[in-house]
Amino acid sequence: MSDSIDTDSIDSVNVQDDFSMRNAWIARSNQLFAISFVLIGSTYLLLILGMLLADVAYVLDQSVSKAKNASSFWGSMLADNPISVSLRDPKIQHSIWLSMISCTLAAILSVVFAVPLGYVLSRIPFRGRNLVDAFLDIPIVLPPLIVGLSLLILFQFTPFRWVARSIVYQVPAVILAQWAVSCAYAVRTMKMTFDQIDPRCEQVAISLGCTRFQAFSLVTFPEAKLGLLTAFTLAWARSLGEFGPLLIFAGATRMKTEVLSTSVFLEMNVGNIEGAVAVSLLMIAVSIVVMIITRWASYHPTDGKA
Amino acid sequence: MISLDNVSVRAGAFRLEGIQLLVPAGEYGILMGKTGAGKTSLLEAVIGFKSVVAGSICLAGRDVTHMNPAVRGIGYLPQDGALFSTLTVEENLAFALKIRRVEKERIASRVRELAELMGIGPLLKRQTHGLSGGERQRVALGRAMAFEPRILCLDEPLSALDSETREQILQLLLTIKRLNQVTILHVTHDLGEAKRLADKIFRLVNGKIEASDTALSGIRDS
Repeated sequence: MSDSIDTDSIDSVNVQDDFSMRNAWIARSNQLFAISFVLIGSTYLLLILGMLLADVAYVLDQSVSKAKNASSFWGSMLADNPISVSLRDPKIQHSIWLSMISCTLAAILSVVFAVPLGYVLSRIPFRGRNLVDAFLDIPIVLPPLIVGLSLLILFQFTPFRWVARSIVYQVPAVILAQWAVSCAYAVRTMKMTFDQIDPRCEQVAISLGCTRFQAFSLVTFPEAKLGLLTAFTLAWARSLGEFGPLLIFAGATRMKTEVLSTSVFLEMNVGNIEGAVAVSLLMIAVSIVVMIITRWASYHPTDGKA
Repeated sequence: MISLDNVSVRAGAFRLEGIQLLVPAGEYGILMGKTGAGKTSLLEAVIGFKSVVAGSICLAGRDVTHMNPAVRGIGYLPQDGALFSTLTVEENLAFALKIRRVEKERIASRVRELAELMGIGPLLKRQTHGLSGGERQRVALGRAMAFEPRILCLDEPLSALDSETREQILQLLLTIKRLNQVTILHVTHDLGEAKRLADKIFRLVNGKIEASDTALSGIRDS
């Protein structure tokens, strides 16, 4: 008996040893895992932060070096910094106005098309739905330059050719090019929004006496309001950032088809890096506002259900 | 009266064939079957969300086989209630009447009546989010009954509730049954529920309805 007790206790000591060794090893491995992932992840975060801070630092540096030679330091800081200089430039003023108007129109158009498309894709089963769904991703995955080129070529053909003179290289081309890409993002967003809304609600409304349009407009659409806001802001932001298709389809004519992204390009081309960075900072600020709005809206996806 | 004559419906991969079902006016019919037996598909055919392949459906003496769900006059209660989340409880109850352009005073008095029957008077001004499961079912049931339909279709109305709430809603259904104003088709997989509520029980097995009277007597014997 005593023998067996002894071997038992020896065994259990060994097992205990094994246990704590394995425990320590797992703890070390977990630590290593966490540290390596945090390190890899934070490298990218630092890059983003670095890019933003570099822009701000560059503009500040330029302002300070100008202000040092001026009679009033703070007066010069306020009036002669690259952003103020850009904002006084009539070319940039024009570009800001055109950007605001074209982005808003492109976003409105995007939402107008995205609501029915997103709804059909989400609710109505038909043969080839997956194909249509994939097809709508083409503007997103296509290289932007190709979108512009394809639009340009499209307007060589009848019936588009008839209106080409008043569209290509004109302001309408800006809106059309922006819409062609941003609409795809709006459709994605609206489809996701409708996917999240319980189709039973619409069925109940129909059983209660609604036509499909009434069920949509009284029940589904009000629930999709925040999704609509997200789709609009996303489309707006995509339009603001659009450059490649614009350059080819609308051109980069100053005071005519110049939008903010074109301004950055044109300022760089004439060697005015300060101006380019100043315009970039304006665009960064707008983008951050857009991001905050979409984030806020996506935390409240269907008004109350969240 | 709910009457299905030789109805065939596609239900996912299989087909319900030659369905015969009759719930006389004012009675409480229960449709039972295992998960995936096609109960909900058959209910959807009655409501009109699913088109029938063959046969005919009569509700309260009218052939509605090819009619739009909006004109069939069925009060429909889905499993999770499916309340309109952008409307208040009161607006949910009034929905069917507003669609029918009923005058404001009549809507108000009907809403009060329903709120009393369903026991949701204090909830009328509330938004639907934040309501408990039982409260949601009461509101949904009230909404379905608002336009005084002659037919009620209930799709597993008790299955998502805790046992206490379940008993309360079951009592409410018994009250509605006693009022004897509607013909009810209630889908469930719960035998206890069926025994307590049903005048007639229909079992859906392998795409066919088992004779209802034998099903009921079989249950009563056991």
